[in-house]
Amino acid sequence: MPSIARSLDDALGAIADDCVLAVPRESAGVPMAATRALIRRGAKRLHLIALPTSSLQADLLIGAGCVETLETSAVSLGEFGLAPRFTAAILSGSIAMKDATCPALHAAFQASEKGVPFMPLRGLIGTDVLARRPDWTVIDNPFERNAPNAPDPIVLLPAIRPDVALLHAPMADREGNVWIGRQRELVTMAHASERTVVTVEKIHDGNFLQDPALAAGTLPGFYVDSIAVAERGAWPLPLPDHYAWDAEHLKEYAALAATDEGFAQYLDRYVHEKRAA
Amino acid sequence: MAPDRQANFEFRDEELLASVVADLIGDVRHVAVGNASPIPAAAALLARARGNGRPYVSLLGSQRHTFWTDGGRELFDCAGQGRIDVFFLSGGEIDGEGNVNLVSVGDPDRPAMRFPGSFGSSYLYFVVPKVILFRTEHSKRTLVPKVAFISAPGGSDDNVHRTGGPIALITNRCLFSFDPERRRFQLESVHPGHTLAEVIVNTGFEFERPPDVPETPAPSAETLRLLREVVAPELAEVYPQFAARVFGAGKSA
Repeated sequence: MPSIARSLDDALGAIADDCVLAVPRESAGVPMAATRALIRRGAKRLHLIALPTSSLQADLLIGAGCVETLETSAVSLGEFGLAPRFTAAILSGSIAMKDATCPALHAAFQASEKGVPFMPLRGLIGTDVLARRPDWTVIDNPFERNAPNAPDPIVLLPAIRPDVALLHAPMADREGNVWIGRQRELVTMAHASERTVVTVEKIHDGNFLQDPALAAGTLPGFYVDSIAVAERGAWPLPLPDHYAWDAEHLKEYAALAATDEGFAQYLDRYVHEKRAA
Repeated sequence: MAPDRQANFEFRDEELLASVVADLIGDVRHVAVGNASPIPAAAALLARARGNGRPYVSLLGSQRHTFWTDGGRELFDCAGQGRIDVFFLSGGEIDGEGNVNLVSVGDPDRPAMRFPGSFGSSYLYFVVPKVILFRTEHSKRTLVPKVAFISAPGGSDDNVHRTGGPIALITNRCLFSFDPERRRFQLESVHPGHTLAEVIVNTGFEFERPPDVPETPAPSAETLRLLREVVAPELAEVYPQFAARVFGAGKSA
């Protein structure tokens, strides 16, 4: 049974330097309190995989020097503009970038989930995304070898098996089951990863799996290694069906993170200050 | 468009573009809208308001306009089966063959400029029958002879599985249609307040055009009413900044 950690830092112990860390897209329950804690701890050389895109989380981790390799389909602040630290890191060459496309990441996580070595995906042929991924390959569809339009080329993507999945959800019960609602990719992330660390808004008395309405939206504790409570743990990003973006904060971030000095100020003000945790 | 010119037309650029895109959507079953696409989102909701609930509209990031229950992958699985009829793509660069670049400019190993990334374009461009390209900055910087990075190709070899691709490109100045056989754009109309000469000067690729290029029709009074009264409050859920700026819609709507 997963333990409910005494502190956020205890729960994050599973995330070692150099590990392959999977995180969810910008609006699916991003563990921002945990992200700030990782930065305070000085996490290093992470291979960060955002399924399938990211916003503030990747930008902060990159700016704070925690990321060596980033694998995702896009990083931006959406309505608040480009992700400034991501952009600067790519232009200066300070991180390695593995550009993907959203369904390729979903499919590669699903391969891991099924315990198979790869997954085929349509599209991609003729793109520079494919041309720049030596780890992806193209085969001729073996079931269409004699069809009139053969060969039928199709891309194969190797399974992605992260060391740790880190996610934020509305609640966990005392059995360690995590209720994720309709954010089903969080389940795929956990299934595909070696270990899973979850932060939640609150602990629920009772067992989600006993309630059919809640069970369907539950990640069973079987897949979870540690849980910590972090109220408003996705702030300033949204927690779907619970709270929205903090638009004022994201505007402030976009403005500050435009320069190295401004980004350092942001970290001092919102990450290193204990009260901001 | 400059504010003084805008007063003469009594509608905003964004309203014209949403109206044109809603016409391009046509009568279909399902329209999906991806990230960072407020004008396509407005157009899709407008098409739905006009069609009394048809088409289905899936807005990424919306709780209200979504029927996904299987996570982020469902959009792509749905598209792979042909269950999405219309999708929208923008690009840091778009070229005359309909190639889209969402990644970088210059040598990809040492880029001079970086965009957010390809999102789902490298897949959806192949499997959604009507992909509508939109780019609100129509310049030689954005509409180029040849993209520096192909996130999504305008066309494919005959034996590559492809059930979709671009049908049109709409900009702040004009509307182009796309001919998949010749892989070329054709100028369809120039928006009110803009000129053919201006379109030619600001387009980095060659395109076909008829001897007389019509003006893009202005949105009707009914279209403007639907946009302002029905679409704007719904749009504010996903695009609060855009809805507030264009329609003055409340952020908490």
